[in-house]
Amino acid sequence: MSKTIYFDNAATSWPKPPEVVEAMVRFLDEVGANPGRAGHRMAVEAGRVVYEAREAVAELFNAPDPLRVVFGPNATEALNLALRGLLRPGDHVVTSSMEHNSMMRPLRALERQGVEVTVVHCSPEGFLDPTDVEAAIRPNTVMIALNHGSNVVGTLLPVAEVGRMLRQWPAGAQHAAPLLLVDAAQTAGAVPMDMQADGIDLLAFTGHKSLYGPMGTGGLIIGEQVGLARLEPLKRGGTGSRSEREEQPTFLPDMYESGTPNGPGLAGLTAGIRWVLEQGVEAIRVREMALTQRLIDGLRGIPGVTVYGGLDARRQTATVSFNIAGMEPSEVGLRLDEGYGMMCRVGLHCAPAAHRTISTFPVGTVRFSLGALNTAEDVDGAVEAVARLARGAL
Amino acid sequence: MTSNEQGGTSVQHAVILVHSANHAPKAEKALQQAGITCKLIPVPRRLSSDCGVCLRIRRADQETALRVLEKARVEIEGVHEI
Ligand SMILES: Cc1ncc(COP(=O)(O)O)c(C=O)c1O
Repeated sequence: MSKTIYFDNAATSWPKPPEVVEAMVRFLDEVGANPGRAGHRMAVEAGRVVYEAREAVAELFNAPDPLRVVFGPNATEALNLALRGLLRPGDHVVTSSMEHNSMMRPLRALERQGVEVTVVHCSPEGFLDPTDVEAAIRPNTVMIALNHGSNVVGTLLPVAEVGRMLRQWPAGAQHAAPLLLVDAAQTAGAVPMDMQADGIDLLAFTGHKSLYGPMGTGGLIIGEQVGLARLEPLKRGGTGSRSEREEQPTFLPDMYESGTPNGPGLAGLTAGIRWVLEQGVEAIRVREMALTQRLIDGLRGIPGVTVYGGLDARRQTATVSFNIAGMEPSEVGLRLDEGYGMMCRVGLHCAPAAHRTISTFPVGTVRFSLGALNTAEDVDGAVEAVARLARGAL
Repeated sequence: MTSNEQGGTSVQHAVILVHSANHAPKAEKALQQAGITCKLIPVPRRLSSDCGVCLRIRRADQETALRVLEKARVEIEGVHEI
């Protein structure tokens, strides 16, 4: 069999830069101690490692302060913290029809508790019109919660336009501007983002995709407009600070970070982000756009293949969804794996709303998702494999 | 490590308490960048029952250090001469 082509980077990136593995091994071998739980020099060094991860994240997204970065296991927990921590019965939240279940399921659960949820419809290509978001705002709207990049068709949602609109909120308005929560799981590290310039109040990220860190790392960046008294922690417990008190600390990041952190994971995450910053997010974006357009054009040229989304790499991430006429996505996935050594994901990708939007529910699609380490050769090999399958199926 | 970081009897020290061990590396960095010698040590028991760390500096640097930390937006819980 030919070499493995890994096209499942939207699920998690692989391979990781060697620096990531080295940093994790170094933490386990040499640093070892529990950060922030003691004052000896090993614990102090572990604390520095964790702080370096905060600095790397803050630099990448231009967060106002590294201590505003709250770490957790993944984007899912970060979204749960933001949604369940801020939304109360009677509050209204605006979201889109391109959301992942990490956003949609907590929102549907909150809806049953009396939170009002408006799902703004996106176009069949998966694009969101920011004026539709503006039109959905009501006097009780406290949050706009948007996926930055679709994990199904890669379409980019206009979060910066929405953020700028919210920053122009009239000073004497009857009610305060809603907060903007962005799910950056698919875009962090792959698409340039500036939390302050883009008006993002809460940014949820995951470490194991385009930040090239390990699984089990992620977090929420809490902007300066977010009142901590309003944001309830998801969990309470040991923080290594204020140990004499039985109440949770009320300062960042300890308030939202109970329990021993993922030390080796955060060491790896720092190395991943430093690698991304060395390449440059803009440079990664340009490279991935070229590969994505090559993939879209290649797949579109195959008789019997339908490619979904906007078909324009400038308006999407390196994730491309398609189907072969007369063939189940699961069948395509199995044949690509067994016959061509190609790893991809098929089905609904944890995003039924997005598949309804692009009219591929409930069958789903075959999804190819590229990363910064894929090559034009990988793309050409993939297009060739799909062409062969399509010829057999037609 | 230089000799004045060892806490010899000739040098008088102060400790700066910050909110938590998450804040200590930020404070340490700010002080180091300003050229102020500091060392992260466990918080002395008589100052707090906390299990965390604090920053030990030379007493002579105290004023400058506090200015540096204010500028770096590190919140301080207290300063004590030890
Ligand atoms: C758009 C989107 N949001 C959230 C997530 C959840 O990320 P994680 O599984 O790391 O929590 C994913 C990935 O699975 C995603 O693609």
